[in-house]
Amino acid sequence: MAQPAGPPAAYPGRSGAGQQPYSNGPVQNQLMHLSDGQGYSPLVPGSYSHQPPAKVPPHQAPGQYNYSGSQNVSQLNNYQGPGQTLNRPPVAPFSPAPVQQAGPVPQGLLPASHNSAAVSSAGSFPPGASPPVLSHWQCSPAPASQPAGSQTSPLAHATGTGSAQPPSALAGNTNPPGSYQYAASPGGPPLQNSYMKPGSAPPPVAQPLTPLHPPARPPLGPPPVGGPPLIRPSTLIAGPPNTQSLLNSAVNREGDATSAASDGSVVQNSYDAIEGGGLTATSHHSPAPPNLKMNRNVGYAYPTLPPGYQNTSPPGAPGMQASALQYPDGSKHFHQPALGTNHLTASMGGLSLQQEGLRPVNLLQERNILPTTVLKAPVPNLHEDIQKLNCNPELFRCTLTNIPQTQALLNKAKLPLGLLLHPFKDLSQLPVVTSSTIVRCRSCRTYINPFVSFLDQRRWKCNLCYRVNDVPEEFMYNPVTRVYGEPHKRPEVQNATIEFMAPSEYMLRPPQPPVYLFVFDVSHNAIETGYLNTVCQTLLDNLDLLPGNTRTKIGFITFDSTIHFYSLQEGLSQPQMLIVSDIEDVFIPMPENLLVNLNENKELIQDLLRTLPQMFTKSLETQSALGPALQAAFKLMSPTGGRISVFQTQLPSVGMGALKSREEPNQRATAKDIHLTPSTDFYKKLALDCSGQQVAVDLFLLSGQYSDLASLGCISRYSAGSVYYYQSYHHKHNPVQVEKLQKELKRYLTRKIGFEAVMRIRCTKGLSIHTFHGNFFVRSTDLLSLPNVNPDAGYAVQMSVEESLTDMQVVSFQSALLYTSSKGERRIRVHTMCLPVVTTLSDVYLGADVQAITGLLANMAVDRSVSATLSDARDALVNAVIDSLSAYRSSVLSIQQPGLMAPYSLRLFPLYVLALLKQKAFQTGTNARLDERIFTMCQVKNQPLVYLMLMTHPSLYRVDNLTDEGALNINDRTIPQPPILQLSVEKLSRDGAYLMDAGSVMFLWIGKNCGQTFISQVLGVPNYGSIPQNMTHLPELETAESIRTIAFISWLREQRPFFPILYIIKDDSPLKSSFLQNMIEDRTESALSYYEFLLHIQQQVNK
Amino acid sequence: FCILSYCTIFPYLVFQIITLSDLECDYINARSCCSKLNKWVVPEVIGHAVVTVLMLISLHWFIFLLNLPVATWNIYRYIMVPSGNMGVFDPTEIHNRGQLKSHMKEAMIKLGFHLLCFFMYLYSMILALIND
Repeated sequence: MAQPAGPPAAYPGRSGAGQQPYSNGPVQNQLMHLSDGQGYSPLVPGSYSHQPPAKVPPHQAPGQYNYSGSQNVSQLNNYQGPGQTLNRPPVAPFSPAPVQQAGPVPQGLLPASHNSAAVSSAGSFPPGASPPVLSHWQCSPAPASQPAGSQTSPLAHATGTGSAQPPSALAGNTNPPGSYQYAASPGGPPLQNSYMKPGSAPPPVAQPLTPLHPPARPPLGPPPVGGPPLIRPSTLIAGPPNTQSLLNSAVNREGDATSAASDGSVVQNSYDAIEGGGLTATSHHSPAPPNLKMNRNVGYAYPTLPPGYQNTSPPGAPGMQASALQYPDGSKHFHQPALGTNHLTASMGGLSLQQEGLRPVNLLQERNILPTTVLKAPVPNLHEDIQKLNCNPELFRCTLTNIPQTQALLNKAKLPLGLLLHPFKDLSQLPVVTSSTIVRCRSCRTYINPFVSFLDQRRWKCNLCYRVNDVPEEFMYNPVTRVYGEPHKRPEVQNATIEFMAPSEYMLRPPQPPVYLFVFDVSHNAIETGYLNTVCQTLLDNLDLLPGNTRTKIGFITFDSTIHFYSLQEGLSQPQMLIVSDIEDVFIPMPENLLVNLNENKELIQDLLRTLPQMFTKSLETQSALGPALQAAFKLMSPTGGRISVFQTQLPSVGMGALKSREEPNQRATAKDIHLTPSTDFYKKLALDCSGQQVAVDLFLLSGQYSDLASLGCISRYSAGSVYYYQSYHHKHNPVQVEKLQKELKRYLTRKIGFEAVMRIRCTKGLSIHTFHGNFFVRSTDLLSLPNVNPDAGYAVQMSVEESLTDMQVVSFQSALLYTSSKGERRIRVHTMCLPVVTTLSDVYLGADVQAITGLLANMAVDRSVSATLSDARDALVNAVIDSLSAYRSSVLSIQQPGLMAPYSLRLFPLYVLALLKQKAFQTGTNARLDERIFTMCQVKNQPLVYLMLMTHPSLYRVDNLTDEGALNINDRTIPQPPILQLSVEKLSRDGAYLMDAGSVMFLWIGKNCGQTFISQVLGVPNYGSIPQNMTHLPELETAESIRTIAFISWLREQRPFFPILYIIKDDSPLKSSFLQNMIEDRTESALSYYEFLLHIQQQVNK
Repeated sequence: FCILSYCTIFPYLVFQIITLSDLECDYINARSCCSKLNKWVVPEVIGHAVVTVLMLISLHWFIFLLNLPVATWNIYRYIMVPSGNMGVFDPTEIHNRGQLKSHMKEAMIKLGFHLLCFFMYLYSMILALIND
């Protein structure tokens, strides 16, 4: 049951100064402070803090380092209202770290905030309770681990420690140590009575109940309130152990009663909404009561764990910590990890979510459905302790957080089931384990993860195939706590995201060195654009920052109608150019010295980079032999593998892989007959060859004219590369593109890279993956071959339910990415996610993740437009909305109402689909160039969900009145957080300035009557008229407004791997049309407005 | 002569099914599987077309009509391969959208069809021999 919103640090920094090794072998403790400031504690955006040194000492106490517990310290302090810590001054002297204060606090506080019954009982509790607890702490041999236990669950104290029982003795309880009804036994009379009453008279009851829900809703909220009160009162009355059964039955009754009661509260909630939200009377009704009931029962019935369970599993992970207390004497009782309890529970958080989530929304009447902050991923309805261990939604996300039990149910819901992954994302904190044996399931090869269950000390049960495996001897020792016999506390079982150092069994050959090959187009056209200067300069600047080690190799090839190699042999005074003009049968002119060690030949390389831009200035060669150049590059790379970066500026015209222009400008408007499919299989074949030799090709297309990206893109797509497209790149005519290229190239060159990688996605038996989206080659049914993997790539898969998932409460997904780091280590990054299984349609809708669904649909639509036509894909998108909403209407809503009803979770679905329809990839009747459209499609396939959503549905902020209110503070910078506005011109006012953040581009729109202060203080020009037409930079002024605006914009930019250009536009700017194009909710010449779109859907749904 | 050409198509289909099931079980890699299979697509199409035409020439109307749809389907499938794909079996797509399964199903159906035809030809051959 709801642990006091436990340590939110699902991925607490287990780094920090002076920390002890926790691995058997050499310790790898990677702290990756990369660009991503959000770090890994998803629940506290932006607030993760590194371990302050003050908190380190407890770690260092021998044998006491608590793996996840002690880190919570800092986090905890963040949440806890300052007031809360007041309660427990007496604790302080005993506590090794301030944390401990936190623990007892909730005990004192919670009851007070609850119903009076609880108050009275609990009120007497703390005074009696605390001293014994404390005294126990003193004698506990592992004090450092207690803080965690204590803060996460007051229950845990009591449950864990025999001596903590006395508090309950207050109520005349004489529990022999070791029996833990304290936590588990429910239904103390006071509380129970109050529940029973509700049963008979719902509406009034709803009142006392509701306060129970909200606390759990925001996962971090004033945490402790939800769980303990329910339980604690009961403990006061709990008799000796043998009253258990009686109590259990009491609980059951309680469950029934509460379910009824909470139904009442649902109704009430929606009434509230009616009053507040301007709903008509139609929208209040509480759908699908039966299931609700079930869930609630489960939820409240939590304490009715079979007695046997109670001994070993005090609820959940905090319980794990508790178990440390439980067996201080070294007795090795086995503790069942969190999962066990999960089977029986639905968290309080889930309950409150349901209430909110089940409220249907009439889209036609509720206009302001767009949240003003960034939409968060829904939290799966899991027990909080498991949820806490679950994978960060930024890394691993499922379209349906409640997995339907059968394929039939899934079909009925008409929603796609799939996963969106961002497996190689830069993480600020990532536990790394070095161990000679990596524990995996013997039959399905799943890596051990937090969601497996330990049957006893020596055996664990795989959560994917349910095979029972042995725990190897080595795994028994926990290097973190240095305790033997606690396999369930190893880092592998405490973290859903973890990295292993792979031993030699995971290598087919010795890890390859990092090899980078650059292939430049130097035809006349390319020289004309002047890109070579920028690229060579950026490369020169970042040569030392290329990820790698002493083995790093680098090479260069240039080509026009011939191919030029550069020998960088040691001892040469300057690089030697070798020209191969036989492009029909390419050969490598010399076997060595074309790829050379970066460190040993740095001068020669720098020399080459300096001279390269000047070498071809007189070139009149207009032909481009890209195909042969790629073949040459492949031949050069194939012995080692590595990365080829190709810069191309025009349509390849000679040799293998020559292409013909297929774009017909007049036909752009029609959705039919546009060439989205590759025209030749040359690039695809070559890409597969590359993939086989662990070579990835990244394509930079800097082209003014049509270059058939559809064909060229294949080379990157199947070799797991990435595509960059700079339309109409020109160093003089288009200077903003130059800056964009510089910034993005810098990121490209310096970002982390993994070589010779493979990724496997496994899921619980019964589910199967049937389609993959992203840049890679699917080598066998679940194995993706990724010659290179980079932190900016996202992947998606579609799944189906092959066998029905009866008898399963949860399913798990695991992605394992095996790669060679740039330092030559073989590593495996494993992410595991656990989701509940549901049996009713309303629950499926409840758990729908609208962003993930949109992302997956976009991927599917790209496939559809390639395999069929664009208009097919558009129809499919619209049908996806219509089908799901009409399925919802016919199967979930019990009362048919007028209007367009959507489940709360899907309220943004039509808006996002409309946004997709208006996105460059899928829009019709515009002047979008074919290459641009295809590039957008590539991005849809390859971008992680966050960026994809921004590109689809930009965020609009008003920036002329930024304040520091609610601002974020990062590294002494104050970043204002203005609310996100709806994308409609009606939200714009003439006297404001608005920033539209569309992912890869930003627009700052200045209204005609915009305040003078903004124009002069931020833009640095005297008045509206003097704002230059093509302004793309904000001047850095010493005014508060300017600092705020710039801080905000640069903060937005830092969050992504690409560099959005900022265009400052006025009413008469030529770019105004692109700005208006992004106003999704408005009508454009060829597309419906949001309201019209809704009407259209309604028409179809009601048919 | 029908029998003769059948002797060639038959092993091919068995081979196709074996290869596909290999792929399904992860024994071979998609690339090699597809290149193996693609090599035999054209011979199959031609072989079958020839048989069909021979039937027409020898005025076996019934057998001709029986073969016609299958031959047409083969040719259609061969022609409709998108320009960027590497033949009927494309390694980059074979694992997507249940293509593997549909290929498998198709191969099974064809196998059944050819088995039927084989015995029919055998029967008519024996009949012809007896009549002689």
